[in-house]
Amino acid sequence: MRGRREVWITGVGLITCLGEGLEANWSHLQRGDPPPYDDKSFAPYLVHPLPPVNFDQQIPKKSDQRQMEPWQRIGVYAAGLALSDAGIAGKPDLLDATDMIVAAAGGERDIAADTAILTGMRKMAERGAFLNERLMSDLRPTLFLAQLPNLLAGNISIVHGVVGSSRTFLGEEAAGVDAVRIAQARIAAGQSELTLVGGAYHGTRWDVLLVFEQSGVALKGAFAPVWDRGPQGGIALGNMGAFLVLESREHAQARGARARGRISPVASDRNKRQPGDIEATLRREWGTIADQIDRAHAAVISGAAGLQPATAAEHAMLREIGLPVRNTGTYIGHGVEAQFAANLGIACSVIEHGKLFAPAGTGDTGSSPPDISQVVVTSVGNWRGEALALVERVVWGRA
Amino acid sequence: MAAPMRDKQGRPIVAVTGIGVVTSLGVGKSDNWAKLTGGVSGIRRISRFPTEGLRTTIAGTVNDVYRDRMSPAELSERVALLAGEEAVAESGIGAKGRFPGPLYLAPPPLEIEWSDRIKMAEMAASDADTGYPDLMRVAREFAARHGAFKFGIIGEHLAEHFGTEGSPVSLNTACASGASAIQLGIEAIRRGDCQAALAIGADASLTPESLVRFSLLSALSTQNDPPERASKPFSKNRDGFVLAEGAAALVLEDLDHARARGARVLGILEGYGEKSDSFHRTRSSPDGKPIIASLRNALADAGVGPQDIDYINAHGTSTPENDKMEHLGVSTVFGERMRGIPISSNKSMIGHTLTAAGAVEAAFTLMTLQHQRVPPTINHAIPDPTITLDVVPNVARNAKLRRAMSNSFGFGGQNLCLVVALEPA
Repeated sequence: MRGRREVWITGVGLITCLGEGLEANWSHLQRGDPPPYDDKSFAPYLVHPLPPVNFDQQIPKKSDQRQMEPWQRIGVYAAGLALSDAGIAGKPDLLDATDMIVAAAGGERDIAADTAILTGMRKMAERGAFLNERLMSDLRPTLFLAQLPNLLAGNISIVHGVVGSSRTFLGEEAAGVDAVRIAQARIAAGQSELTLVGGAYHGTRWDVLLVFEQSGVALKGAFAPVWDRGPQGGIALGNMGAFLVLESREHAQARGARARGRISPVASDRNKRQPGDIEATLRREWGTIADQIDRAHAAVISGAAGLQPATAAEHAMLREIGLPVRNTGTYIGHGVEAQFAANLGIACSVIEHGKLFAPAGTGDTGSSPPDISQVVVTSVGNWRGEALALVERVVWGRA
Repeated sequence: MAAPMRDKQGRPIVAVTGIGVVTSLGVGKSDNWAKLTGGVSGIRRISRFPTEGLRTTIAGTVNDVYRDRMSPAELSERVALLAGEEAVAESGIGAKGRFPGPLYLAPPPLEIEWSDRIKMAEMAASDADTGYPDLMRVAREFAARHGAFKFGIIGEHLAEHFGTEGSPVSLNTACASGASAIQLGIEAIRRGDCQAALAIGADASLTPESLVRFSLLSALSTQNDPPERASKPFSKNRDGFVLAEGAAALVLEDLDHARARGARVLGILEGYGEKSDSFHRTRSSPDGKPIIASLRNALADAGVGPQDIDYINAHGTSTPENDKMEHLGVSTVFGERMRGIPISSNKSMIGHTLTAAGAVEAAFTLMTLQHQRVPPTINHAIPDPTITLDVVPNVARNAKLRRAMSNSFGFGGQNLCLVVALEPA
């Protein structure tokens, strides 16, 4: 029954270090300038902060903003952009029936409180009692609400009124991929008409850098394109909010919504990351869409994160596919759970403009074919999350 | 070949062919069921870490499974694995290490824990303030010894162990998570994406900080003495939930697939209903509309009416707020009929198993139908006069039951209700 109905992307909300909205991101990608990055605040780690954001525009109540930590504000903001783009923001009848799947991590820490506790604990004999006492006095009750993974979705319900249903997926890049996979599958099978799907990441903070440094994958030192970060590679964490509104073709047409693109079933799978596994998984996934590709008008948006050997493995597989390739991570950094949705959104820009953006690094191969109407979007996560989907232009009248 | 079985809406019928349970009452279904229907409490004084300075010092811990210094991730994985093995063995599906369908897992939201942070701080041995830059210096060395932190790690290990197909999905809908895992399995089978799915909810994440977080929201009971009396859903003197650990696993299967291989059908997942609440981060809309809608959506999805429900497994947390709102919800939806529907809370005995709760209680609801016996709501000494429900006070009861509902409500406006029934003739 898979793929029984067409699924359209009718809204995109994107905020990255390049700016807010698809157009701001697209114009930077066109120029091909190096992106804004910060290699001082968390030296030696390099991260991609957001430009200043006026959160009031999407989260009008200061009381709501105060109840959120940055990852939630970024996500609620991007979700609002997507709902506006789809023309459903502020329309209770539609929002009431809008389902939601959010990919999230959560767990944002109070760095000052943690530091004070760790420092104070050194002199303490009764560490357990000290920890209890300090946690009871130092933790802000509202911080817990910023740590619960499903409270990004909860805040989207509160601020934007999306209340059809709400699910939150956990687990790095794979969660971001599977959120879109299941949102697409539900609509294709008639289990949903309208779904908001995406995620948010706040990478400019010590507690997540600590998580990535445990695996030794956070990028240190000078900026370089994703493809060219040396034998170990590295992931430059970014701040990112990316949401899509997915909709059945019938529902979109009935309300006169514009299609930014049509999305195929998402192919995602797990492998054990033994040598050759990434290529084998991507090859199998490519097999699910290969016969639909019009090579003269197609390209790849790669989700390579910059870690080796995974990035080299993806590069090898993409050479085998043979379509022109552009990676976004070089420009927008890595937003983990949000990355796949961000890349699907950028794919919509590519088919809207009919061309690729500027190459950056040795893996960005091939020149832009004329009038691109199909974009293959890949994901290769920092430890799992191999996936691929096809976004294509919808031509009215023969869709 | 017989025509495929379909429900009233023409969809494949989702059967349950295996159940596994771990709670503070014990490991495995038979032990749990005996104690649950015997009115035994699993709530005890916390022994895993010092409790000085804490307002709440009790919990429903899985002491039968916990071994020295297991982390929440390790312990949660362990209870998930035990529940999963019981369920898969009962269903007899697939082969060892080859489960023929996807995994939907509700794990606790994992984090680097204080025990890890303290170990890293010791390794870093800095002279001045110990901050995150110090932890960064030793992070890789720490990970080499203790493993690196990943949100999807429990799902990865379980997928490997059970040999489930595809990308394992880990999800969180707060206190409805376990029910959401089941819901994702129902949906996948109805779509025809698979003929079987393994749904697991697991949470064994009691730490000082997890306790303090709920404490600061005034969500926990502080009536620590005696521990087994603290959880008293629907009572007038209820004062919060008791944090607990546990896991449950269900093998979901297309009914045709189950029958074709001669599997024993333990029950049918007839439908689910969900509705999000946009009122507040931790509180329900005072008019109860989202809860009411989720109950009604569940009945509609199952194609049944209020008169068709014989038992309700309550979310029944024992917080003043939840029990009041749940009463409002079921009274509104079931009206007069509610007088004849027993509604009991397993949490009176096992506490609130958080992300596992929806799965644990769905498992117990299925067992309630199988055994035709309703577990009680214990500690019901002082009824709340504003709650006019048959909560099956204190003592289990035999009843003729054909179909039941299991409710799950969570922070973040999560409301999800399941309708389960005995196998159709």
